[in-house]
Amino acid sequence: MDFGFCLSPSSHVKMDSIDLTTFNRLKETNPDVNTCIACGSCTATCTAGNFTEMSFRRLLLMLQRGKEDEAKKMIQRCMLCGKCTLVCPRGINIRKILLDITR
Amino acid sequence: MKENILIIGGGAAGMEAATQLKKLGLNPIIVEKSERLGGHIAQWDRLFPAFHPAKDVVEQMLNNVKDVDARLNTEVTDIQRDNNGFHAVLSNKETIDAKAVILATGFDLFKAERKQEYGYGIYNNVITSLEIEKFFKEGKDPRINNPKKIGFVHCVGARDVKVGNTYCSKVCCTTALKQACEMKEVFPDAEVYTFYMDLRMFGPGYEDLYLKTQKDFDVKCIRGRVCEVSEDMNGRLVIKAEDTLFGKPLRMTLDLLVLMCSMEKAKSIDKIQQKLGIANNSDGFMQNKDMYLGMNDSKQDGVFVAGTCTAPKSLPDTIGEARSVAVEVFNYINNK
Amino acid sequence: MIVEGKKKIWADYQKDIPDDHYFYVRSCIRQAFWPGSEVTFLDITRNKLGKDFYENPYHTTCGGIAYHSDTIPQETAMTIIARQFALMHESGYENYVCSCITSFGCYTETLETWHEYPELEAKIRQYLWDSCKKEFAKPKYLAHASDIIYKFRFEIAKQMKYPLVNVKTGKPLKVVEHIGCHYSKMFPSKGFGGAEYPYVLVGMIEAWGGEVVDYPERRHCCGFGFRQYFVQADRGYSMSNTHKKFESMEPYEPDLIITNCPGCPYFLDRWQYVIAEQTGKTYGKDGYGIPALTYEEVAGLVMGYDPWDLGLQMHQVAIEPLLEKMGIPYDPKRKYQGLNGKDLGQPMCPSCIKSV
Repeated sequence: MDFGFCLSPSSHVKMDSIDLTTFNRLKETNPDVNTCIACGSCTATCTAGNFTEMSFRRLLLMLQRGKEDEAKKMIQRCMLCGKCTLVCPRGINIRKILLDITR
Repeated sequence: MKENILIIGGGAAGMEAATQLKKLGLNPIIVEKSERLGGHIAQWDRLFPAFHPAKDVVEQMLNNVKDVDARLNTEVTDIQRDNNGFHAVLSNKETIDAKAVILATGFDLFKAERKQEYGYGIYNNVITSLEIEKFFKEGKDPRINNPKKIGFVHCVGARDVKVGNTYCSKVCCTTALKQACEMKEVFPDAEVYTFYMDLRMFGPGYEDLYLKTQKDFDVKCIRGRVCEVSEDMNGRLVIKAEDTLFGKPLRMTLDLLVLMCSMEKAKSIDKIQQKLGIANNSDGFMQNKDMYLGMNDSKQDGVFVAGTCTAPKSLPDTIGEARSVAVEVFNYINNK
Repeated sequence: MIVEGKKKIWADYQKDIPDDHYFYVRSCIRQAFWPGSEVTFLDITRNKLGKDFYENPYHTTCGGIAYHSDTIPQETAMTIIARQFALMHESGYENYVCSCITSFGCYTETLETWHEYPELEAKIRQYLWDSCKKEFAKPKYLAHASDIIYKFRFEIAKQMKYPLVNVKTGKPLKVVEHIGCHYSKMFPSKGFGGAEYPYVLVGMIEAWGGEVVDYPERRHCCGFGFRQYFVQADRGYSMSNTHKKFESMEPYEPDLIITNCPGCPYFLDRWQYVIAEQTGKTYGKDGYGIPALTYEEVAGLVMGYDPWDLGLQMHQVAIEPLLEKMGIPYDPKRKYQGLNGKDLGQPMCPSCIKSV
């Protein structure tokens, strides 16, 4: 029977059951990844971010909230120019992390 | 004859002011309403940012005042100005005549049950920052049973127009990260989260504490305020918060929730404060003359203020103010 | 759960509501959805409790639906409300009680707005005079009908025939209480118990022998609203909110839901069928649903009114399992008969959610 409407899924992140495999793997090889303060400098300077939705700040948060598929889609935009690593105030080796995610 | 200086309050500010005044040749008299000197700091386990044991500082301060005249379990019930200064009547019927009065009455912790949505006093596993500090000191609390997931909520009773406190309570962010690290030390397998609106790490070594919290202790800091707490069937807490940086609301089940309660001016001094003619500022703390060169003066001649009774402060700030009020009082006595 | 903590909050949010002499106004949609409710309220208050509840035949809707759907401006809604107050004044009453929770929200909002903006009140006075030559007086006290039942819950308990207890097991029934959003979320001080832990329905359940269920999504809105409901495609949004509540209360296996709003039991009742059709899941035992009743219907049940006189056959979720649990006798043959035993035919019953 077609009611003309249906149930919508909830948009909240169910923190009790998210999949953190990629992020946990990153923590082992790049312990600095924990120290991101989401200041946004990387995204602001990002070359690809000028024309696409690429944002390393968002990407890292996606991995921390279990949205690995979205993260792997976004990461394809990265040009590996290294500007993000240049500006990070926490000294995180972002370029290496980006390579490690897809490895 | 050494002049009497009445110091109301035997916490960090009162003790340090007494120590300095004694060295300057005056006779400070501390009147403390509880059964011991030390104030809130004596209940603390370790101090930020470097986890310095609080009892080292407290014991040294107590040692410094061992020869100071202190009346414990006593309150000032009445105070009048007279030709010689101030005439105070204590709750043990004694009287003290002093040339100057220092109000060092400190703070009360915000009553967390006023933030009804957090369920303090209703759900078993919601505790305050003071209670968790006591747990660190004494090693046990019936509510803390090997929790696997722990959350800290910043700004409880501060920056909040609904409870009437719009100010920032300054030290809770640093305290929260310190306590989060300490929880990870006690329960290394637990996941610890802090829910903040801002992280105010203003002092020397505080940003290093933040870095350590993330890197060495793997505490997860989520920017977004917890808005609602409920209980599930097993007595665990279900919280709702938004991850504002990610842009999505989130739901989490926790075993323990710690509320970082703000400082409010201690209310027990209200009657005497009114008698002395000292007003409160718009944050509900005692009004000093101004915050630069008049921070220890009140608008009344001979009445001085120091410590957290004028605004939320850290321990170094309080000790600094206590030393400066001693100098102010000394100058006041000698210029008279 | 530390109940003492809740009791302290409930003690902070108490209302002193008058004992008697109320001007009662009905609800437009409540009369259509739950026809037995208002008639039961008047019967309980007038005949069982001996109070004076007066209805003026010229009263109308409060205009809340139109106001909340943005089809009339606030001034129009306020003028309609002013006319209601004028009728109250002309009938010689000072205490106002309304049946619907959205009305209660509208009346409270109007009175508070007039309190803060007296020039608006003066303007409405002029509008009312221009449109119907009436003058109004603000009520001395505004209550909601659930407040009245709450106030007299112990008197009702004294006349109680069937407490909220499962007669087969002897245990109290597990009751979920759901407060309409407009009761206290807007003005927490106007509701018993405030906004976070409302007490008006909890008090009734406790007085009548039931056990209150507190589940994580207790405070969540059922999704009724007005705007989103009117457009068919948006109803999925409303239904998802109700679905969230059911998913959250399911592990507690509640026997009954009690509500004090017209829209909430409507949603909590009807959406169980739609959810069953779309997902195949029901929330009651053995394929039944969880009955969602209004507080008057529950008061009527515990006092021994006939379930079909209370209008319980109008609920989509089958009420018979609850009646059996409470030990209330009912005549299955009379279920779909009209007044004087007239045969009104049988409604179609869904197969996805069990109905007797």
